[in-house]
Amino acid sequence: MPKVGMSVVNILESRGIEVHFPPDQTCCGQPAFNSGFRNDARPVASRFLDIFEATEGPIICPSGSCVAMVRNFYADLFRGHPDDLARAQNLSSRIFEFTEFLVDVLGIDDLDVSRDTDATYHRCCHLLRELHVDEQPTSLLNNVNGLDIKPMERDEVCCGFGGTFSIKMSEVSTAMLDEKLDNVQATGASTLVAGDTGCIMHMQGGLRRRGSDVKVVHIAEMLDAKSDLRRCN
Amino acid sequence: MEPTTKTFNTAASRALADVRLQQAHEVVYNGFHRARIAAAADTDEWEAQRTLGKAIKDHTIANLDYYLEMLADNVEKNGGNVYFASDGEDANSYVRKLAAQNDVQTVIKSKSMVSEEMGLNHVLETDGIEVVETDLGEYIIQLAGESPYHIIAPAIHKTKEQVADLLAEESNTARQETAEQLTRQAREMLREVFQRADMSVTGANFAVAETGSIVLVTNEGNGRMATSMPRIHVAAMGMEKLIPSVADLSAMLRILIRSATGQRISCYVTMVNGPRAHDEEDGPEEFHLIIMNNGRDRLLRDESLREALNCIRCGACMNACPVYRKVGGHSYGWVYPGPIGSIVSPVFTGLKEGHKLPAASSLCGACHEACPVKINIPRMLLELRSQTAQGDPDPAQRASGFGERMTWKAWRQGMMSRRRFDAGSTVGKIVTSPLKRDGWLTKAPPPVSGWTASRDFPAPAPKSFGKLFAERTKAVKDD
Repeated sequence: MPKVGMSVVNILESRGIEVHFPPDQTCCGQPAFNSGFRNDARPVASRFLDIFEATEGPIICPSGSCVAMVRNFYADLFRGHPDDLARAQNLSSRIFEFTEFLVDVLGIDDLDVSRDTDATYHRCCHLLRELHVDEQPTSLLNNVNGLDIKPMERDEVCCGFGGTFSIKMSEVSTAMLDEKLDNVQATGASTLVAGDTGCIMHMQGGLRRRGSDVKVVHIAEMLDAKSDLRRCN
Repeated sequence: MEPTTKTFNTAASRALADVRLQQAHEVVYNGFHRARIAAAADTDEWEAQRTLGKAIKDHTIANLDYYLEMLADNVEKNGGNVYFASDGEDANSYVRKLAAQNDVQTVIKSKSMVSEEMGLNHVLETDGIEVVETDLGEYIIQLAGESPYHIIAPAIHKTKEQVADLLAEESNTARQETAEQLTRQAREMLREVFQRADMSVTGANFAVAETGSIVLVTNEGNGRMATSMPRIHVAAMGMEKLIPSVADLSAMLRILIRSATGQRISCYVTMVNGPRAHDEEDGPEEFHLIIMNNGRDRLLRDESLREALNCIRCGACMNACPVYRKVGGHSYGWVYPGPIGSIVSPVFTGLKEGHKLPAASSLCGACHEACPVKINIPRMLLELRSQTAQGDPDPAQRASGFGERMTWKAWRQGMMSRRRFDAGSTVGKIVTSPLKRDGWLTKAPPPVSGWTASRDFPAPAPKSFGKLFAERTKAVKDD
């Protein structure tokens, strides 16, 4: 979802922050780690450390799940690998989820952006329960001028994505998604906002299959005045 | 109980297609889950209470041998007998022998998950002994010939109408309608059994090491009847269920009951301090405590899974779990369903048999958030996935397929170089371009077909963020 990244850049630059993108980066290793293949995840995670250790300043990621991987799960991935473990601990103090960085580090909870639309917000699992980042996105959204936020039933319940779970346990994952989408559609909102790209892909994929017009956007897009809020693809 | 953890997927499909079961699952969220949240919100310093509970259990498990010995000594001092059972069969043979020696005809049971591990009812019935469950939910599923659906609410999947049929058939009396009538009917049926039972088998929510007491938490009073009426009382507990002191008990009851049902205190909290003493008028003549291992030592030995022994069996993780609320309790295929069951069962059965359970989680963390002793369940599910894929100390237990191993090897190759990563994206774009409609795929080959069966899948974006960012940076410079 390249548009999400561009919105993050637009917002950070509008606050006078210089943004760099280490072009060699690929992945933090989470997919293999979550599937149990730690021997395959470890070198990829180690490469992630190499690339970002060569940089300075805070590392911003518009996905709670990836931040949780580095902050919470690298400790397990690198158990018994003390050098990488120490590097991971050092680096994890520099990595921030996007809304967490805006509110907790920059002290900005109002981006002075206006939207003439309604929306509902899904509280993505890793953001909410691994990083405990909840008030930050909520207050940023509440401060969008003109945005009509519709409360959603069970907004804290998982959408059923879960990485490879969505494929390995497709039926269970779909049942969870159906409950989530029923609750989304019951709000009547035209737009669904969420903070994690995996969940966005999952929920948008499900809404499309239902023939629903509800579009799913990343919170960075909602907060980026330059974004046209077109359906994420 | 014979595990059927291997068939999780087919059992889950069946449950998902069962409209009535899906309705019953709503009670788990709307009733138990919401009640727990309300009770926690209503309790001063709830988070501190959880921290204390975790500290008590961490300390106990770290000194398990010391406290087990203290417990056994004190039970014996109180006039009771202690038996350390290595597994279900061992525990069953102890109970069978005891029943034979005492010419036991009828055994009443108060809710015990350890006795489900043992498959005790079946074994005693084979010996010609009548066994009757006295917890209402357990009684219902016993009549239905099923196993518990939930550790706190074993018959939560049964409708009032089904219960009415079961009770009418068993009692040969008129079919009742309302919940009150049905409860009265069951009460009358059970009262008669209480009066003639020779032996009771109960569980133990806690055992207190310093006093040698066992503690039962119930709402129906059957626990108190079962521990006071028959001649012989047998309590069966997992070896992790003890706590050091009565002061600890107060802390643990506070979080257990709120987490289980949302009550501040259950209707009954029964403390049993062994058999009837010389100067006492009632109580059993004999008291036996069975302390069960049954694979728990495997959790104890594995540092990364040891925290599972902190579990106080409140059921909050099941109520919070969006997977449990879809697949229901029977899909998990062994005694303990839900998130904690997905750790305990595969360790009991071996990963070859049980590896589907740790995979049956979206890692959403709702269980960790709900747990009164803060067990980090997602972390341990990941640990078990890793043991399944690559890391089980016993290679025979590794259960990953060749194709899956190759897939992750290829993934790793792709991720170790940005050039290969980009090349992979290009291939993805070419392969999917004839299939995509406004950027999305409605059909894809395996393994992505699991996704596209019910959801559209995003085709790779025309340009990666890295490319967009580089182009823009160049454009800014050129300006």
